[in-house]
Amino acid sequence: MKCQQCNKTATFHITELTKGKPQELHLCEEHARQYLTQEEEPAVAPSLAGVLAQQLAVGQTAEELAKLDQRACPVCGITFYEFRNQGRLGCPYDYVCFQAELDPLIVNIHGETEHVGKKSARFPEGTEKRTQLIRLRREMKEAIDDEDYELASKLRDDIRKIEESPPHKKK
Amino acid sequence: MDLNELVSTSGEWLRGSGPESDIVISSRIRLARNLAEFPFISRATQQDRTEIENTLRDRVLEVQESGELEYVNVNDLKVIDRQFLVERQLISREHAESEGARGVAIARNEQVSLMINEEDHLRIQVMHSGLDLQSAWEQIDQIDSLLAQKVNFAYHPKLGFLTACPTNVGTGLRVSVMLHLPALVITRQIDKVFRSLQKISLAVRGLYGEGSQAMGDFYQISNQITLGKKENDLVKQVGDIVPKLIEYERKARDFLVRESHENLHDKVARAYGILRTAQTISSEETMHLLSSVRMGVNLGLIEDLQIPLLNELFIHTQPAHLQKLRGVELDTADRNIERARYLRRHLNKSNGDEAN
Ligand SMILES: [Zn+2]
Ligand SMILES: [Zn+2]
Repeated sequence: MKCQQCNKTATFHITELTKGKPQELHLCEEHARQYLTQEEEPAVAPSLAGVLAQQLAVGQTAEELAKLDQRACPVCGITFYEFRNQGRLGCPYDYVCFQAELDPLIVNIHGETEHVGKKSARFPEGTEKRTQLIRLRREMKEAIDDEDYELASKLRDDIRKIEESPPHKKK
Repeated sequence: MDLNELVSTSGEWLRGSGPESDIVISSRIRLARNLAEFPFISRATQQDRTEIENTLRDRVLEVQESGELEYVNVNDLKVIDRQFLVERQLISREHAESEGARGVAIARNEQVSLMINEEDHLRIQVMHSGLDLQSAWEQIDQIDSLLAQKVNFAYHPKLGFLTACPTNVGTGLRVSVMLHLPALVITRQIDKVFRSLQKISLAVRGLYGEGSQAMGDFYQISNQITLGKKENDLVKQVGDIVPKLIEYERKARDFLVRESHENLHDKVARAYGILRTAQTISSEETMHLLSSVRMGVNLGLIEDLQIPLLNELFIHTQPAHLQKLRGVELDTADRNIERARYLRRHLNKSNGDEAN
């Protein structure tokens, strides 16, 4: 068998299982080395995008997809399209607002859906309040950009109120 | 922190001690965490980044369990100093090359580093020389628990710790072991090994040298999955495979000594010869040859060299280290000349010859 990237004999036969479905690679020593010594943290974004694209192509019309792409997180403002493109989420709340799209992706990556490891030391209700802070700060910045200083100062007061609320009790 | 103080040593990951350290170079564990009240990095404004950095820096420096910590403002560092920290494995390449407010707290003994504003707000890393995953895990677990009492980490009751990329969600845990596997490479068995590892969803990666060139037969094994398993099980999954890899590598070395002694000895001796006499040499070739020599020393084919010196040469001949040791910035051609000079001086000194 010949190497997939040159004419030498393929001495390395690699099964790549990390990018969705198994993929057979047949490479000569030189190209196998090159392949196996790629970037330390492999470019996750493209493969993630690939898995996502596969998933979304199932049972959705182009129109539905376009609509999904425009959906934005109410907290940080990231659109689904932006996430799909860069492979990075915008805030913790994305795991809630894009849950329907993320769930199958997470199963695909981890084969599991539930965390069983170390628990957070804090009450989950703390997280909800913190999430509001992300939204309020963003809205305040937008108000300042729009020169709506009245709104900005109201938002600043709201932010202070949350920031100054007593630290969350531990379990 | 005065980085120049670190230059003359070899750092934790190439200290060359600890269990099985002829084959296992280092054990490394990292945890990804984010503050609940800020957006992830991709949506963070400059002001968010600054506030995240300030919040985390102050809390991180309070955690005594990390050892004596020093904070380095990575954004203010010169390019060569960032590269120096990458070579040292104290920050990631991504952290070095990104922009905006970011930094790293580094323990004096270089076993602990806490990167702020990397892909996630916080990346905690604990690295121990040799095969030492369990104590590395215990240390990082303790640091994480202490920090979790001081800040609100983004957490979801079902998904666990939330990360910027869904590939890290849940535990946020990456367990890796760096191995030196020259005999498996020579005997062309390494493909078999990689295939079997990928079947149990472990990732194998080469160690990066300068640019995109692989560094002398060093391979890193790590877990792919971060969700749905307990941290201890993930540590165990990687830890359990290492003795098998050590055994394969030792068998391959025995085979080479037994069946191909002249060829092996020749390869090692030639590598040593080139390193002691070359007048200009690239980083890639240096790594490749040092790898052969390292195996030769471990097999008793070279008797006048010690592993600690070799490990030091691995790191000191990296581009940023070389330039910092010399005290000037050098272009590639001058670096290659300086590297050859450095190697001649240290390898010939060790058996009494005069360097030139
Ligand atoms: Zn090829
Ligand atoms: Zn969001």
